[in-house]
Amino acid sequence: MKFSDQLEARFSEMNPHYPTKRSLLVPFLLYIQDELGYITDEAIDEMALRCEITPLEVRNVISYYSMLRTRPAGKYNVQVCTNICCLLRGGEEMLEHVKQKLGVPVNKGITPDGVFSVEEVECIGACSWAPAMQVNYDFHENLTEEKIDQILDEYRAKA
Amino acid sequence: MAYLVSHPDEVKVVSSRFGKGAANIERYIELDGYKAVRKALEMGADGVINEMKTSNLRGRGGAGFPTGMKWSFVPKESAKPKYVLCNGDESEPGTCKDRLIFEHDPHAVIEGVMIAAIAVGSHKGYIYIRGEYRYLSEIMQKAIADAYAKGFLGENIFGSGYDLDIYWHGGAGAYEVGEESALMESLEGKRGVPRIRPPFPAVVGLWGGPTVINNAETLATVPHIILMGGQKYADIGTPRNGGTRLFCMSGHVEKPGVYELPLGYNLKKLIYEVSGGIANGNKLKAVVPGGSSVPCLTADEIDVALDFDSMMKAGTFLGSGGVVVIDDKTCIVKFALRTIQFYRHESCGWCIPCREGTDWLQKTMKRFHAGGGLARDIDNIRYLSENMLGRTFCPLGDAAAMPMIGFVKKFRDEFEAHLEGRPCPYEEHPAISALPVLSH
Repeated sequence: MKFSDQLEARFSEMNPHYPTKRSLLVPFLLYIQDELGYITDEAIDEMALRCEITPLEVRNVISYYSMLRTRPAGKYNVQVCTNICCLLRGGEEMLEHVKQKLGVPVNKGITPDGVFSVEEVECIGACSWAPAMQVNYDFHENLTEEKIDQILDEYRAKA
Repeated sequence: MAYLVSHPDEVKVVSSRFGKGAANIERYIELDGYKAVRKALEMGADGVINEMKTSNLRGRGGAGFPTGMKWSFVPKESAKPKYVLCNGDESEPGTCKDRLIFEHDPHAVIEGVMIAAIAVGSHKGYIYIRGEYRYLSEIMQKAIADAYAKGFLGENIFGSGYDLDIYWHGGAGAYEVGEESALMESLEGKRGVPRIRPPFPAVVGLWGGPTVINNAETLATVPHIILMGGQKYADIGTPRNGGTRLFCMSGHVEKPGVYELPLGYNLKKLIYEVSGGIANGNKLKAVVPGGSSVPCLTADEIDVALDFDSMMKAGTFLGSGGVVVIDDKTCIVKFALRTIQFYRHESCGWCIPCREGTDWLQKTMKRFHAGGGLARDIDNIRYLSENMLGRTFCPLGDAAAMPMIGFVKKFRDEFEAHLEGRPCPYEEHPAISALPVLSH
């Protein structure tokens, strides 16, 4: 299997950075996921070949890292933090609001139009600007319910 | 947006370039960038290590190990290549400072890695940034490319004859990977399961070679120390606790944000003066002063100096600098529950005391907070937690256990208030308050 030219270029760039073939596995799996939406069986078999390990071993690695998934998510994956600092500043209420607004259960399912999924996540490093969430890789901080509505409406408009 | 704050009491060293566009290499050079590494090349490995020892810089990731001493453990001769690894996996709840360094001063991290490499005789460094910090990884990748373009990295850096390569590496979501041995496993393309120590990374590290691992803030501080001199840095702090550090103020304070203050600054002052005191007119109940892994302090215990040694004497730790402030409208049992949920989720599963212990604690706390607790649960929580301490490959087991011991010890009354099926006193229970009050 070949990845896109851009992703192959990244593979060629990263590969010589390490003395072993499997070292680039974790960051490269995330780049694969960005491109394909999730890590497909085909991608797993391909990475197993390139890293000279078994597909099972690739799956072992995937299962450890919380950002890596083998199933699709929404085009915009809304990750709301409810860890201690966000908890103290309304993180659970923000998660509940996102859940109500999008009508999708947390950590399962995608909205019928395929645009959003919702995850409850651990600390994303926005503690001084809590409550906070990420949509894909974008940070959104100092949240209020009104701000969440605005943010999600903007994502839906450009979906 | 991760906005910046300031206070007159700040002493800006590692944050001195924040907000000045120093991610741009030309700007960084204007602001004394890449001078320290040139000086380090002249000082030589031993000169640099001595300066680091003089500075009393201690690890800013959480453990507080003296940096100069750590670097001195790397053997001079090595059959295997030596490495420098920047730990940018910042994931300790309450901690959001390395994020600002990566955003505002990425070249300082690069330069710190370079100086560490010179000190230990390494020719390869890796800057590992957590997967969620994608925009920061992009900034770092550009910064590294710009440094190469100027000949600051690669072969014969600054015409010195020294070869040095530095590479970015990304994570994909795992708190445990911030632990130095799990970090190495992750960088080697595996599950982030920790290694038994000894041997320590300085002797056997990445791919078996001697490896220096330091937190991003620690490394970003190194060029400043080389330029100002170790003694000057040491003198800003307290004896054996040199310099300044970034404190991440969060929770129920008026002015949350990241402030840089000298080691030894008073915690009460930090909360009430620097951070504007408790928000919403409430009162302070507790503080978790160094990230979620450290024991909490009650409102009566905050008159303490924020340095490694004083905090240990006070029964807690300086930790990661994540100061989480809790007001008197907060249920400590709920806070403790969310804390242990985090550790249960993040436990890598390798060691029985941690894997089974965090699971039992989380299940018990969930039942307890919901009103299903028994009196003996309280002592069992403490007993089980104490049996986790020191019995795991890595400190995550301790990080889960110590806060639980602290909460139960210092807030036993809050735990007791949840016994006998009583609803949490801090939550609204409309269904319960709608019930008629029966008189017996």
